[in-house]
Amino acid sequence: MKHTLRQVFRSPKFVIGFAIFMAMLLTVIIYPLIITAKPLAILGQGTFFEPGIYVNVYDSIASQPYTLMLDDAAEKRIASKLADDDRIAMKEWLVLFGIPENEIDTTDTEKLLDQWNNSYDSTLRFQGMTSAKRKYYVRLNDALQGLLSTEGVIIATANAETGALEEVDTVVQTDYVNVGKVANVRVFPLGTDNFGRDVLTELVSATRTSLQIGFIAGSVATLIGLTLGLLAGYIGGIVDDIIMFITNLFTVIPGIVLLILISYSIGQEQRGATTVAVVIGFTSWVWTARAVRAQVVSLRNRDHVNLSKLSGHSIPHIILTDILPYIASYVVMAMILQISSGILAEAGLSILGLGPKTTEVPTLGLMMNWAMIYSAHIMGKWWAYFPVVIVIALISFSMNLMNTGLDQVFNPALRD
Amino acid sequence: MKGYRKYFTNKLIWFSITLVAAFLLNFILPRLMPGDPVAVITQRVAQGMTSQTGVRAVYEEYATLFGTNKPIHEQFFLYVKNVLQGNLGTSFSQYPRSVSDVIMSSLWWTLALQFPAIIVGWVIGNTLGALAAYIKKGFDKVIMPVSIFASNLPAFGMAVILLVIFGVQLKWFPTSGGYGYDLIPNLSWNFIWSVIVHYQLPFWSIVLISIGGQAIGMRSMSIYELNADYVKYARFLGIKDGKIIGYVFRNAMLPQITGLALSIGTMVGGALVAEIIFSYPGLGSTILTAVMGQDYPLISATTLIITIMVLIATFLVEILYGVVDPRIKAAQAD
Repeated sequence: MKHTLRQVFRSPKFVIGFAIFMAMLLTVIIYPLIITAKPLAILGQGTFFEPGIYVNVYDSIASQPYTLMLDDAAEKRIASKLADDDRIAMKEWLVLFGIPENEIDTTDTEKLLDQWNNSYDSTLRFQGMTSAKRKYYVRLNDALQGLLSTEGVIIATANAETGALEEVDTVVQTDYVNVGKVANVRVFPLGTDNFGRDVLTELVSATRTSLQIGFIAGSVATLIGLTLGLLAGYIGGIVDDIIMFITNLFTVIPGIVLLILISYSIGQEQRGATTVAVVIGFTSWVWTARAVRAQVVSLRNRDHVNLSKLSGHSIPHIILTDILPYIASYVVMAMILQISSGILAEAGLSILGLGPKTTEVPTLGLMMNWAMIYSAHIMGKWWAYFPVVIVIALISFSMNLMNTGLDQVFNPALRD
Repeated sequence: MKGYRKYFTNKLIWFSITLVAAFLLNFILPRLMPGDPVAVITQRVAQGMTSQTGVRAVYEEYATLFGTNKPIHEQFFLYVKNVLQGNLGTSFSQYPRSVSDVIMSSLWWTLALQFPAIIVGWVIGNTLGALAAYIKKGFDKVIMPVSIFASNLPAFGMAVILLVIFGVQLKWFPTSGGYGYDLIPNLSWNFIWSVIVHYQLPFWSIVLISIGGQAIGMRSMSIYELNADYVKYARFLGIKDGKIIGYVFRNAMLPQITGLALSIGTMVGGALVAEIIFSYPGLGSTILTAVMGQDYPLISATTLIITIMVLIATFLVEILYGVVDPRIKAAQAD
């Protein structure tokens, strides 16, 4: 046993897969200890807030201001307010005014503003320009002048009795806040989803549920497959025929069809994560059963098994001590694959709208389903679906690597 | 030829048995659930209905439709009779269209998308896998990690990634649907071109997924065969490398054909989910709308059609396998 383990951990593929898997497992265990927020708590009023640091505006006004003299502050401020469409419109006007097109660079804010301020004249009329467009330029110019002003913003409160505004404070353009001193700051490393929930917290919780679903599905499938395979292979005869008949049937009938039918029949209310996992396990034992049976059939007539039979050992004893150890490595490998395919099956079911019920826990499939229903992929809200795809791919990648590594250890013909 | 006929008959009998079993499962599974299924369906359909007589009428209609007031074996024959006549009931969610009408309009999209994609993926995957095993060195070092990565992405993941890169960012292909939303299906160039353009992303996402798995399988089969004794012996005899390779890949290919027969079901399942990502008007999207609309007759019929599709495909592959592998005939002739 010790020797086998040492050999397994010498396979680089297995080690890489194991490391990725363990890293994910640790994250899933440790993260909730640090951040105890509920994964399904709705925080944002609105859909798909971008990833970033959210600083409370009210608190930052109240906190102590620091004056920083930064050269490029004004320029950055204008650059962030000036939309791409406005820049293109400014360029169009400047071209009409007579400035050569190659001298105008819409990405260079400072130069563009310079050219604009020197040339723009609201009284000028160009042939073919609609009045709406001309008014747009007037508005744009006003907005630009507003942006260029250097006065601060006055903070005022309404007097409770008279309703008149009273000046409380002035925020000048050189005022800065230390984020650490603002009472309310929330970091959303992966933004929020369509319901306004923190994607990272949700993702960690979903990964945990999906791994649990995978483990339950894998265990159920392996248990059923192992039992049926052992019975069919060792007892043989009519038992073998019946079991193989059923196994062959379920090999051809697609698992997804059974999953859809059973999940739909169970109904949305009864469909918890565990139920879904068990259902997945019940529909994916076929491969283990076939493989175990094939192995057992070839083991059945080996000398050591015959010797055991002659010594009068009982069937359970023979199976446990003379057959199981020989197929253990194979069963472990099959189970690893079952776990990863169980996670995929849950994701597929959830995208079809047949996943676990949505009120209790998030799963990777449900997150994908929500993102797709709210067309996050078309609107370019990558944080809602891309991390989910990556996590699913990483789980199945690490499991497959472990499996290939084990395969190479136990099956020398495959070694490079 | 005698051996082949026996093989064919065996497979045909097996196919029929599986078909009956599929019918049975499709029939029994929803009825196994606790409670009165018709009552549950009625409750779902009649949500928001205030008139008690109306609810009663709906209940009666579904009770007669599913024949739940008759003994179970009669129900089964009624069900089989209805299915064979193409009478699959009326869709709840797309009322008053009949279920067979809804299915026929989406079935061809799925067939035209999935089978070419799976076959193309299989051919490319096997070629790459064989090349990786034969050339080794640099080629293998590139092909293997890429294949492992591709085969580990779920089908819907690949679909989303292709969609975002080529549909949303580069805008080379449309992001959803089977044809332009402003077109009515007809035989004009305009429409056909729109269908072709919409076909690309779903097609390649399924192809890429199947390439990965097939390449890995073919590579290890080929490596196994290349190390076999007959290859060493043939080399020892001085037979040309090209000729040996031909035999090696033919032998390595055979398990891959069986593998295809056994994995069609899984592939179709993955591809159905990929269809949803592209809102492709096939069976995958039909299941989604059916689930969303609590459309029981449509779900039951769709799953039945998918099962039959997969059964036929598996049957065809196994028949082909009998033609390709002479050992099958030999085994049956004894």
